[in-house]
Amino acid sequence: MSVRHALLALLSEGPKYGLQLREEFEARTGEVWPLNVGQVYTTLQRLERDGLVESDDAGEDGPQKGFRITADGAQELAGWLRTPPDLSSPPRDELVIKVLVAMRLPGVDVHEVVQVHRKYLVELMQEWTRLKEDEADYDLPLALAVDAELFRLDSVIRWLDSADGRLRRAAGDPPGRAASPVPMPMPRLRRKAGVRR
Amino acid sequence: MTALELRRVSKDYGEGPAEVHALRDIDLSVEAGALVAVMGPSGSGKSTLLTIAGSLEDPTSGEVLIGGTALSGMSRNDKARLRRRSIGYVFQDFNLLAGLTAAENVALPLELDGIAARKARVTSMATLEELGLADRASRFPDELSGGERQRVAIARAVVGERRLLLTDEPTGALDSANGEAVMRLVRAACKRGVAGVVVTHDAQLASWADRVVFLRDGRVADQTSPPPGPESLLASGPRQAPGTGQ
Ligand SMILES: Nc1ncnc2c1ncn2[C@@H]1O[C@H](COP(=O)(O)OP(=O)(O)OP(=O)(O)O)[C@@H](O)[C@H]1O
Ligand SMILES: [Mg+2]
Repeated sequence: MSVRHALLALLSEGPKYGLQLREEFEARTGEVWPLNVGQVYTTLQRLERDGLVESDDAGEDGPQKGFRITADGAQELAGWLRTPPDLSSPPRDELVIKVLVAMRLPGVDVHEVVQVHRKYLVELMQEWTRLKEDEADYDLPLALAVDAELFRLDSVIRWLDSADGRLRRAAGDPPGRAASPVPMPMPRLRRKAGVRR
Repeated sequence: MTALELRRVSKDYGEGPAEVHALRDIDLSVEAGALVAVMGPSGSGKSTLLTIAGSLEDPTSGEVLIGGTALSGMSRNDKARLRRRSIGYVFQDFNLLAGLTAAENVALPLELDGIAARKARVTSMATLEELGLADRASRFPDELSGGERQRVAIARAVVGERRLLLTDEPTGALDSANGEAVMRLVRAACKRGVAGVVVTHDAQLASWADRVVFLRDGRVADQTSPPPGPESLLASGPRQAPGTGQ
């Protein structure tokens, strides 16, 4: 999320002063908006220039200046909300590669490698769940953010489980295609899977 | 206190070429107040472990202790009473009594313990309410959805003065909000001192546990270390999981 859209979101709650925006921005940063608070005032100037917010008269710039969102600003924010984020680059890329490498390395048990990652991920999920258990009743944004993290980690574990099972079935198959996998150069696999960088 | 202890427990089914080693040399202990999750692929022995821990089946070898007492030294009657009073079960197929309403199913273990019907009813209603089932209390099991039956089974398992709670895929038919409600109830029981074992494929569910044990081919293949506590996450921001990010 850009500083622009964060400020538009704050202003869509009602008119606010520069200082107030800075403070609210800071309060929510780290939770959902990991952004640079130093950019607040310059971004407000640019938003005003672009007609997405307007300020009280021509008073001097600074903390006491009041801002409100314009119709164009509201439209910009609504458009941003509905624009799909970029999910095209695969988040488990590196783990997939590690497993692909492990299954070919002599003397390496790929299932043991899978278990190392599975355990690490479950431990991480335990930490997030404990946080949710302790805080979620009082902090709805936190609960939502933690759930997102849990679902993401969960999907990685599910991939590990399925890879584990697939490798076992392949190893149990009579010698042939599955038991002696053709070397598969990574770039070809990428192109096949349609993965964009 | 160790509420549940398995010492070198093995379980074989069948004989000769058909022999299955469902469990091999399992050592596991669960302290009062702790929640342990058991994860593992289908057929790895999770349900077998649970039925043996709950004294519903005997191990082929090894010893099961509940509250420090070895099951092998107990009479049939003592075991039956232990099961009724001290252990709450949730099985993969729920096991609700078809002729009783949801509220009566939940109240039953309390009444069997000699608690007055009226009081049992109040406790039963309160537990159903926590699981969002207050308005389903007077329905019979066949008038409930799968997820609702599952929650009634959970409610029945946690009521009363249980010392051990054994659950097999307790949230299989539930969406994530109801799954979380179930796990909060299980955690609440553990905070009262109940020892819990949750068998599951689901990592989100397992992540509510203090410790996660990974079963593989009837053996304990691995287990998590005790969690460091949530402060570490907040202090350092989200850590990068292996391979999840660039
Ligand atoms: N009564 C039985 N007779 C023979 N074999 C059995 C019996 N019960 C279980 N088994 C076998 O023991 C092994 C472990 O079964 P168990 O039910 O404990 O697996 P599980 O981990 O609970 O699997 P799932 O995730 O599918 O529920 C399996 O190979 C199963 O076929
Ligand atoms: Mg099972």
